[in-house]
Amino acid sequence: MNKVVSGADEAIRDIPDGATLMLGGFGLCGIPENCIAALVRKGVSRLTCISNNAGVDDFGIGLMLKQKQVKKMISSYVGENAEFERQLLSGELEVELIPQGTLATRCLAAGYGMPAVFTPAGVGTEVADGKEVRQFNGKAYLLEMAFEADFALVKAWKGDTEGNLVFKETARNFNPLMAMAGKITIAEVEELVPAGGLDPDSIHTPGIYVHRVFKGGQFEKRIEQRTIRKKA
Amino acid sequence: MSLTKEQIARRIARELREGYYVNLGIGIPTLVANYIPVGMNVVLQSENGLLGMGPFPFEGEEDPDLINAGKQTITTVPGSVFFDSAMSFGMIRAGKVNLTVLGAMEVSERGDIANWKIPGKMVKGMGGAMDLVASARNIIVAMMHTNPKGESKLLPACTLPLTGVGCVKKVVSDLAVLDITPDGFKLVERAPGVPVDEIRAKTAGKLIVEGEIPEIVC
Repeated sequence: MNKVVSGADEAIRDIPDGATLMLGGFGLCGIPENCIAALVRKGVSRLTCISNNAGVDDFGIGLMLKQKQVKKMISSYVGENAEFERQLLSGELEVELIPQGTLATRCLAAGYGMPAVFTPAGVGTEVADGKEVRQFNGKAYLLEMAFEADFALVKAWKGDTEGNLVFKETARNFNPLMAMAGKITIAEVEELVPAGGLDPDSIHTPGIYVHRVFKGGQFEKRIEQRTIRKKA
Repeated sequence: MSLTKEQIARRIARELREGYYVNLGIGIPTLVANYIPVGMNVVLQSENGLLGMGPFPFEGEEDPDLINAGKQTITTVPGSVFFDSAMSFGMIRAGKVNLTVLGAMEVSERGDIANWKIPGKMVKGMGGAMDLVASARNIIVAMMHTNPKGESKLLPACTLPLTGVGCVKKVVSDLAVLDITPDGFKLVERAPGVPVDEIRAKTAGKLIVEGEIPEIVC
């Protein structure tokens, strides 16, 4: 079993037009930027992308939107992207907005082998339209289905040749959840180490969930909102 | 005199208690972090996966892997911990977060909140707001009492699409502090020099005024 591939182009080689993808990250933090660049090079189209956000105009998923590769976005928040707004208003792009915790939990359910979960988020709002509502201990919950995704693209700090992954700081976000949820999970890492190079007690994602791993060629790690304080 | 945004934040900070875990939304709520009483141990939760959010970094110390839910660069504090988004909303859903402060476009006298969507305008999404309001034990809304057109944001019923139902416990506006009670908005405090009649005129929902209403100290 060799999970290590040479790079992003090889890792995403069999992603077809019309595939459903999960992409990790929160804003631009912890996004699989090497895989996104490869998808842009490959020109694969009509994608459904499950991702908390949709990038900015010239980075992240925004790069795929610019090439009109995305048919549908499933996200919790999609601001900060003018091309996205243009495609949405012109009807070229379909968007499904779902609460952030629901998005995370639907990934979790998939990775835990559970078909659905109950959550109170969205009860009494338009998010509840068409969904089963059930009362538990006097409180109403919505039935939300586990996601199904053909490929999950995640970004980790460190990975080993077994596909075990460790994430860094808030770049963890949706990455370990999506890693568990993809039928095929592709991980790009900043540091790739031999088996045994990671402390087994400190691994966030067990390699059983990961099918392909590679060391990313370049990580720009763009900052969306650089905010600083003055030295007193 | 109506309160400034900083004064609203300072008044909300008086609701903090030792040992609280607190989630602060974007806008005025973020400012509450500047007024945590000295010596009080309050842990800030950022729903993208951090407990123990510290101040913004100094120039040159920004870390692209370390941001808050507003995507701003931040720092950690001693005792900070990172986790994934499912655990983050898990602790919110399980009621472990003691206080949530967020902004709103409208609040109803029953505690309904609308803060994510204006029909006809570009909808950016609800982010984590629906999860937070559906589960938090104590929700305080920080907002202006009226919108830019001068219309009341405290209504008998929300007119905008809802974020959550019957969840807001308290509103701190530039004019008043109000508790949400089964009978409507109960006026608790008023901004210094702002007469009760002005608050009554600018509150479209049912307003309960009992006895003398003290001025806000902040």
